[in-house]
This record gives sequence, C-alpha cells and structure tokens, in this order.
Amino acid sequence: MQTFILRRILGGIVILIILSVTVFALLRIVPGDPAIRICQLNCGPGQIDAIHHQLGLDKPYFPVSVDLTSPKFVTFNTDSQYWKYAKGVLTFDLGTSNVDHKPVFPTVRKRLPVTLELMVLTLIFTVVVGIPFGIVSAIFRNSIPDYFVRLTAIFGLAVPVFWVATLVLIIPIALWNYAPPIGRYVGITDDPWLNFKQLGPPAAVLALGSAAGIMRLMRSSLLEVLRQDYMRTARAKGLRDRVVVLRHGLKNSLIPVITVLGLQIAGLLGGALIVEEIFTLPGLGDYTFKALANKDFDVVQSMTLYAGVSVVVLNLLVDISYAWLDPRIRYS
Amino acid sequence: MSRDIAASPPLIVGEVSLDAPTLGARLRKLATVGRQNPLGLLGLIIIVLFTICAIFAPLIAPYSATHLSNTTDGGYSAAHIFGTERLGRDIFSRTIYGSRISMSVAFISVVLGSAVGTLVGIVSGYLGGFVDSLIQRAVDTAIAFPALLLLLIITQALGPSFRTIVFALTLAVIPGVTRIVRGAVLSEKNNQYIESARASGAWAPRVLLRHILPNVIALAIIVMTTLLGGIILAEAALSFLGLGIPNAASWGRDVSDARNNYPIHIQSAFFPGAAITLTVLGFNLLGDSIRDIADPRLRGSR
Repeated sequence: MQTFILRRILGGIVILIILSVTVFALLRIVPGDPAIRICQLNCGPGQIDAIHHQLGLDKPYFPVSVDLTSPKFVTFNTDSQYWKYAKGVLTFDLGTSNVDHKPVFPTVRKRLPVTLELMVLTLIFTVVVGIPFGIVSAIFRNSIPDYFVRLTAIFGLAVPVFWVATLVLIIPIALWNYAPPIGRYVGITDDPWLNFKQLGPPAAVLALGSAAGIMRLMRSSLLEVLRQDYMRTARAKGLRDRVVVLRHGLKNSLIPVITVLGLQIAGLLGGALIVEEIFTLPGLGDYTFKALANKDFDVVQSMTLYAGVSVVVLNLLVDISYAWLDPRIRYS
Repeated sequence: MSRDIAASPPLIVGEVSLDAPTLGARLRKLATVGRQNPLGLLGLIIIVLFTICAIFAPLIAPYSATHLSNTTDGGYSAAHIFGTERLGRDIFSRTIYGSRISMSVAFISVVLGSAVGTLVGIVSGYLGGFVDSLIQRAVDTAIAFPALLLLLIITQALGPSFRTIVFALTLAVIPGVTRIVRGAVLSEKNNQYIESARASGAWAPRVLLRHILPNVIALAIIVMTTLLGGIILAEAALSFLGLGIPNAASWGRDVSDARNNYPIHIQSAFFPGAAITLTVLGFNLLGDSIRDIADPRLRGSR
C-alpha cells in the first residue's frame, strides 16, 4: 500500500509538470500579447518592449535550451520564465496579475472559501438527494417511484447547468420582480442566512447533474449487490428484509458510489466556473474565467495548476478509500 | 460465413437460416430491437427529428434566424408560436436554426476525435513499452484536467471560430477514446489469430489494420454515441460563455442573450435551452441503449 501511494504521488507530480509546461507554452505560443491589452491597443513598439521587460516576458521561456551548433550543446539558464514560475510555485509565490497588479496568492486565499463552500454545498445536495432516491429506486424496482427516479435522472444528466441557472435567476425577476440577493458576496460567518440565500441556489443547480449520476449509480450498484449470494444467505438466516438491505446491501453498494462522488468533485470545477459567472460569485472559477479573457499569464498558470492538483489529489484519495472500504482490493 | 456456403442453396437448421438475411428480415430484426428498447428508439426519433431540423432549417423555419418582426413585446401568437425575443426575432425559427451549429459541431468533432483516439489507442496498446507509457501519461494528464477549462483555454487562445471549436472539442474527445480502445487492444492482442497472423509474416501495420482495427471499431462506435450528448453540452456551454461560433444562431448564446439584456423574456431563454436538453437526452438514451445491446461489459461506464 505504501509503495502504491508513493508511486501514485510520483506519477501525479509527473502529470502536474507536463500540465504546467503545456499550459505555460500554450499561453506563449498562441497569438495575443498581454502587453497590448495593458496599454489598450494604442502603444508604440518601445512601450511594448518596456511592458515586456517589466513583466519579465523578454526573458527566455525554458531553463534548458539546446543549441546544436555550440560546443556545449545543452545550456542551462536559471534566468528564464519557467524557472521563475516553478520556483515561485514551490515557495507559494504565484506571481502577479497583469490586470489588477496584485499578487495572485493572497487573491486565491480570499476567493477560495467561496468556491470551497459552493463545492461543499453541492456535494451535500448531491448526497442527500442522490443516495436515498437511488436506494428507493433499487428496492422498489419497476414500480412507479422507480420510473419517476429514473426519468428524473435521465433529465438531470441532459439539462445544461447554465440553462437551469439562467432560468432560476430570470423567472423570479420576470414573474415576481424578485432578484436573489447576489452581487455583493457575504461570508458565512457574517450572515449565514444571507450567505445561504446567495450560495444555495447555485449549489442546487450544480448538484442537478451530479445527483442524477449518483442516483443512477446507487440504483445499479444496489441492484448488483442484491443479486449476490451473501444476500441470499442473509435472507436464508431469517433476517428481516430491512436488515438485509440496509446492513448487508447498502454498505457494499456504497463503494462505487463513493468513488464516483470523489471523481465528480473534479468535474464540478468546470461547472462551478459557469455558475459563478451566472450568479456573480467572486470565487476561483470567476477569477480563472476573467484571467483567460485578459491573457493574465500568472493567474491562468496558477489556476490550471490548482485544478490539476485538486484532480490528482482527489484521484489518489479515491483509490485509497477504495482499498480501505473493500478489503478485497490490494494494491501492490 | 465463407463464400461457398453462401453460394449453395440455403442451409436450413431447424427454423434458423444460415444464409445471409434478406432486407425484410433485417428490418424485422431491427424493429424487434426497437420494441425491446423503447427508450433507445425514443432517443433515435428525437435525434432524427433534430437532424432533419438542422438540414432543412430554411424550409421548416417560418422566418430566417435574423428576421426582425415588429413585435418586440415577446408575446406568443399564431405568427410566432414560441414568441419573439427582445429584438423581435422569432424564437421558433432561431431554435430550428440553432440545431445546425450544435449538430454539425458535435458530429464532426466526435467523429474526428474518435478516429484519432482509436488510432492512438491501437498504436499505444499494440506497441506497448515506452511508447505506450508515454501516450498513457499524456492521456492521464488530459483526463486529469477539467474539460471545460481545457476548452476555454484553447478557444480563448485561438479566438472563437468554427475551426477552433471543432479543434478544441476534438481534443476533448481523444483521451477517453484512446483509453478505452487501448484496453480493448490489450485484450485482443493476445488472441491466437493475432499470433498466427504475425507468425505468417504479416508486418505490424497489416496486423493492426486487418486484424485488430475491425475488432475494436465496434467498440469505438459505441463510445462515440455515448460521447455525443456531452459534446453538445460542451459546445452550448462555450457559446453561453461567449466563446461560440460568431454570427450564427446558437442555442447557448441565445440563452445568455436572454439573461444579459432587458426586457427579460422567459421564453427566449427557455426554448433554446429546452432544445439542448432534448437533443442531449436523445443522444444519451440512444447511446445507453446501443451500449447495453452491443456490449454489456460497458454498462455503467458513464
């Protein structure tokens, strides 16, 4: 198990390095110069060079350069953009935004709670709705409630998040002239109720798709377990149906559900970006989206790395929990 | 079935004919499959309807997508059955025209992405060793990354256009297909017929094309149908965020247009979004059915 975790961590680091190099290079290769955005299209060539120098964009990209004509062949240069970026990441210095000229790390610390709270609420909604309905659907298979749950799940997987979010926002405005209290974000410690009114609707919208997925998975997983021999044995022992299903069935059928729940959080990062835009929440998704539009190199690099780290860590946790929940699974 | 049997009179074993089935028999078989999978059939009907809308949009839609009528109050009427949006454009017509972008982008990128993904998966699985680990690390990286973020980076970087969107969505399709096809190749590779083909001196590309490809292509097609719904959602989300194809009627952009402008008309957000939902629903239902019929091993893979 320990060697497995160690190997996965090393693999994760390799993935993150590939990811950071790719995003780093992609940002610089494609057309679009941050300097032009900074001086609003009307700057001379000297000014552009000055901005480049100020942002450090005139330095070589990568610390290693290969020159086939020179006798040294490979030269190593610590005064390069990627070296500075990598060193910064290791010392929690994520650079400076080109747009508001503030350092990235404090901004991330300020915005992270919003996204984190949105994620936690979404996860709570997903579990509270998805698991019980999935169980009901499996136990009363092919009954009216089962069909209802399955139909809802099919629709839940097909509706676009941005559409439901838009309708949730504009229907009350159009019909009752009521707008939810969004616009100025209020922290959970300042006013919990107002905070919930701001974050509850976006979380519920975001949870639609994931809850639908969990419902379907919970249903099929429980049905699979109900077919197992040990369930028949438990019944044959004379245990009551409720005990058989809840004690023996549920516990075993939850394993794949927990796995997928972990993987869903990673997918929710993209959805969070959309709902944060629609409900104007000052979270990390909103930060990423604006940075992308403004070619804010340091912010985009930091946020993609953050997404990558979240996914790698979540995947590792899922694998570990898998072995922990199901003693039959052994990693070597 | 070998040729000489097909050429001889039909060989009857009990009620089952070993001869090639006639067209009528094939259709009857298809009808049976449809009856046994009503939801899949429903999905197919939805997709066929939307495909017809996309191809014959100018014939079906009462107005062009940009026609401005002078009713801007948004109300429903016989002339505008879904109402009009804030500028007086007919929502029904725009919804019909919107299917063009969604359907064409989704089909093109899923087919391209699956083709590339299948090839990469075959090479990766068949060659193994260093090439395989290299490709699989790249696939790990791509899968480990939120798809929407990847799409946003590419479309923001290259600027929104039809080509950019198709390119970005194609890239999003490749890793998943690669992984599944590679798995299939790995299990196919050790079969005896591959070994005998190799022993008889066939060189690698021939083994890949003649023996392995036909066996994984069915799998690739199944994976393709399950991917289409997600790609339609992704394209709509990009359009909604303002990174869709410029100057074209698009469902995602119409929803965002309805949100960002006054006066607010619910119907101008509702109908385009409902069209997205229906299309994705159709693809999901069909994809699930095809997967269940063709390959029960994949059940629950999405």
